[in-house]
Amino acid sequence: MRKADVLRFARDAATAYPLRASLSVLAMAIGVAAVVVLTSLGDGARRYVVEQFSSLGSNLVIVLPGRSATGGFSPANAMTTTPRDLTVDDAAALTRLPAVRRVAPLTAGTSEINANGRLREVVVAGTASTYLEIRSFKIAQGRFLPEADWNRGAPVAVIGAKIQEEIFAGRPAVGELIRLGDRRLRIVGVLKATGQGVGGLNTDEVVFVPVGIAQGMFNTHTLFRILIEAKSRDQIEEVKREVTATLKTRHSGEEDVTVITQDAVLATFDKLLRALTAAVAGIAAISLAVAGILVMNVMLVAVTQRTAEIGLLKALGARGDTIRNAFMAEAAMLSLVGALTGYGLGLFGAFVLRQVYPVFPAYPPDWAVVAALVTSLSTGLLFGIMPARRAARLDPVQALMKH
Amino acid sequence: MDLIRLTGIERVFHLGDSVVHALSRLDVAIEAGEYVAIMGPSGSGKSTLLNLLGLLDRPDAGSYYLEGRDVTTLTPDEQAAVRSQRIGFVFQSFHLVPRLTAAENVALPMMLAGIPAAQRAQRVTQALKDFGLDQRAGHRPDQLSGGQRQRVAIARATIMQPAVLLADEPTGNLDRATGDDVIHLLEALNERGMTLIIVTHDPKIGSRARRQLMMEDGLLRHDSARPSAAVAET
Ligand SMILES: Nc1ncnc2c1ncn2[C@@H]1O[C@H](COP(=O)(O)OP(=O)(O)O)[C@@H](O)[C@H]1O
Ligand SMILES: [Mg+2]
Repeated sequence: MRKADVLRFARDAATAYPLRASLSVLAMAIGVAAVVVLTSLGDGARRYVVEQFSSLGSNLVIVLPGRSATGGFSPANAMTTTPRDLTVDDAAALTRLPAVRRVAPLTAGTSEINANGRLREVVVAGTASTYLEIRSFKIAQGRFLPEADWNRGAPVAVIGAKIQEEIFAGRPAVGELIRLGDRRLRIVGVLKATGQGVGGLNTDEVVFVPVGIAQGMFNTHTLFRILIEAKSRDQIEEVKREVTATLKTRHSGEEDVTVITQDAVLATFDKLLRALTAAVAGIAAISLAVAGILVMNVMLVAVTQRTAEIGLLKALGARGDTIRNAFMAEAAMLSLVGALTGYGLGLFGAFVLRQVYPVFPAYPPDWAVVAALVTSLSTGLLFGIMPARRAARLDPVQALMKH
Repeated sequence: MDLIRLTGIERVFHLGDSVVHALSRLDVAIEAGEYVAIMGPSGSGKSTLLNLLGLLDRPDAGSYYLEGRDVTTLTPDEQAAVRSQRIGFVFQSFHLVPRLTAAENVALPMMLAGIPAAQRAQRVTQALKDFGLDQRAGHRPDQLSGGQRQRVAIARATIMQPAVLLADEPTGNLDRATGDDVIHLLEALNERGMTLIIVTHDPKIGSRARRQLMMEDGLLRHDSARPSAAVAET
């Protein structure tokens, strides 16, 4: 029997029983769609996190007050309260380290902005001119904080894009005077919108002021973070060592800070979310195995239903392998159509996810798509073998009597 | 040379503890072009004999030569090839594939034999015309009458131009008149040279054949071609 005839015969046989055909197709489709959607979700989460952290800036090393117990990163450690103050002088000392390119101190608090007759609560970030480059932010209007002595600082402010929009309704804000708590400050610049934020701090809604001004406003000498940019990617570890050593010396021999690198944080999240995606894919793949078993049962029913036909084919001169191939082809077709339908459904599901959560890059990873299609086809074939062999081995005389 | 030569054929079925000798010590020779009726009561081994002749079943002992070739020793695939090229079957219950049209059913043996589609179409058209089915080519079996169904089955059985046509109670599911039509059709094929072997328990049909084989309890009781050589009673 010719290959084209085998395929046509199998196709006609499958479509002659629409209910059982659509049942196997549906089962396979659900399995594949589940893999595609769930891995889109998992990989989307991973990409979202990675993107958010990448946007922090390149070659970044961050100093947090407080010693993390494990030395690793965890969100809990990031929130540790200050056992010993991290000061502007600490930050200044780090500037002189050989592997360090830039340092930006960061202190933060909330306050009220009052300008243009409007009032709203804002996050105030006290930092320095270096912050712009370290975070790779862009200026929309004016300029960023001027270079100045970190302990003093001019009464100026740079506002986020959203604040400009809300307070000044999109009009140019540079040169305007604002009240921030009890201070009167002049706006020197507006940041370009980033839409990004880590830890609930959306930079579009922040007012940046010189660190000296912020510390005065909040009546503190403490820093919330010190951001450091290494001279190169290779020097990140070196910076980490130098910073730890320097601060230990400055804090009378006590290692009471946590130094984290963006790479470490990223790698942890990346690993975690990849594992999660793989686990989710594995769970979804179980439905593919279930679909395979369903295809097998459907094919077994087909063999039983068509026993007389198989006997007839043998009487007409069909060889055992011809009959086996016809049934295998039928199982493969059901799986293939199911897999492609499921792939389409899965892509549509991922598309809907992206519409509902636009910030979430819910695309299925290539490996998951390939794995889902290959698994569905091979389970279909694997589970098709048994019924097909049963058909091929039927005794023609017995088979012909079933009518 | 005989078309078919059976010697010492035995076919035994085991049903639990009991042993059924469906065929015993069977010696038959049939020449090409003969018209043979296999007759006898129900359970006498007629169908078993026909299945053996059609290579759907193997004897437990004895030899079967078809066109001078021992076919009992062939592999299953070789036997399939013989069925495809040399043997045509007609069944009591027609055995048409319900999802296929009349034309597709007729083409089935050619498709299984790997004959290209264009050639198949040509031969099917001719066959349907020969059997008066040209108006029914696109009809499925459930849209055909019993007589039409059996004619489709006969067209299918002869499309590969086999050496022998085996028919097991071909009129069993048909009324008298339709059955007679089918018998006339088979006889016409035989007149054009095709060896015809019909199983029937209808004496009227059986007597039309030029040769009768009478079966009883798996034994060949009477062969009209060799009246003296009937098997002795055990
Ligand atoms: N597959 C089988 N298993 C057991 N016994 C069988 C089988 N096929 C046929 N027989 C027995 O062999 C005998 C001959 O059967 P069969 O050739 O069908 O008779 P007929 O066609 O003459 O009515 C019967 O007794 C039947 O019960
Ligand atoms: Mg019978």
